[in-house]
Amino acid sequence: MTAALALFLREWRIARRIGGASVGAVFFLILVAIMPFALGPDLNLLARLGPAILWIAALLATLLGLDRLFQADQDDGSLDVMMNGSLPLELVVLIKCAAHWTTSALPLIVVSPLFGLMLAMAPAPLALVAATLLAGTPALTMIGAIGAAITVSLRRGGLLMAVLVLPLTIPVLIFGVAAASAASGGAAPFLTPFLMLCALSLFAIAAAPFAAAAALRHVRE
Amino acid sequence: MRLRAWDLAIERGGRRLFSGLSFEISAGSALIVAGPNGAGKSSLLRALSGFLPVQAGGFALEGGDPERTLGEQAHYLGHADALKSALTANENLAFWAGALGGEPSREASRAALARVGLAHVIDFPARALSAGQKRRVALARLLVADRPLWLLDEPTTALDAAAQVAFTAIMQSYLDGGGIVVAATHAPLGLSGASVLRLGAAA
Repeated sequence: MTAALALFLREWRIARRIGGASVGAVFFLILVAIMPFALGPDLNLLARLGPAILWIAALLATLLGLDRLFQADQDDGSLDVMMNGSLPLELVVLIKCAAHWTTSALPLIVVSPLFGLMLAMAPAPLALVAATLLAGTPALTMIGAIGAAITVSLRRGGLLMAVLVLPLTIPVLIFGVAAASAASGGAAPFLTPFLMLCALSLFAIAAAPFAAAAALRHVRE
Repeated sequence: MRLRAWDLAIERGGRRLFSGLSFEISAGSALIVAGPNGAGKSSLLRALSGFLPVQAGGFALEGGDPERTLGEQAHYLGHADALKSALTANENLAFWAGALGGEPSREASRAALARVGLAHVIDFPARALSAGQKRRVALARLLVADRPLWLLDEPTTALDAAAQVAFTAIMQSYLDGGGIVVAATHAPLGLSGASVLRLGAAA
């Protein structure tokens, strides 16, 4: 338990000192801010596309920096030591993902209502849209971790990781945008896609650590 | 306790580094792995740690914990120092102490750093340390958690003469306490009674 907490705190400290969290939020802000320039000043169109824009931006911002999740530890030799540490590698993967989610996805979720206002979305459902991000981003982080593990020893693995991971995130995106659109005044029900989103995240949290740990063991040989 | 390896064969990139390698080391003694570049010294240590598969043969720590692999009972010190540049020396060491089964505390970090002569850098971020100082903090990692086997790959790289002497003393006291050391090195480590395993020339 102490080893797990120590790993979480270590990851959290490193992220905070290097400043990854704020850069992710600024990246999110820029993505949302350039959308009206691309789509034009039609407020109705923006409000209708708002949930989708927020979700795409959250997806890209979550993947940003995820390629270094294991590579930084591989490069400086930490991964060698962790593999023979007292925590199983699966748990190391899970804790590193939890720390990454806390430092990169959580700030996005917190500021997402503000960015929704920038996209002319109605104020009332913004909390529900943030809730869909809260339920869905763990799945994005966990799926991304598998890609990060597979590309751990590649020099420029970031792009390859995105190519591997983005298709796998399509189900999350579908249900996330469906729930967010329903929350901001669609005809479809909110709860069904939202519960699917929760299920996807729970499944990813349960399964991805095993996949990522197996990939790490295999790729490093 | 005894480290035994029998008929080991290791391949890297389709090339057979060595085969039919056997050795035995008992508690309290050291094995120096010598040989030219590319002879397979690092690969042997990585295989013992469990990072590389062996093509034939096997190895075991007799009298060790049967529930854990050999790597999980060993400290592996590779070419990289495994230090996070954003964290201080104390934070790095306390983390490794917890992760490797030791007791993470500031006192333990301070005592380990004092033995490598670096007690004054305990709150320095690792990025502010020189290459030799980083190596010494990495050596201090061996001291914050108790493990019966040390696998050292070029442990004295970047160390000055005084630090090399100090590290020899640290290894000697670890051996006197019943530890086992396997070290791949080109430099003489100055250990008394260490046996030497010479790997063949690179093909």
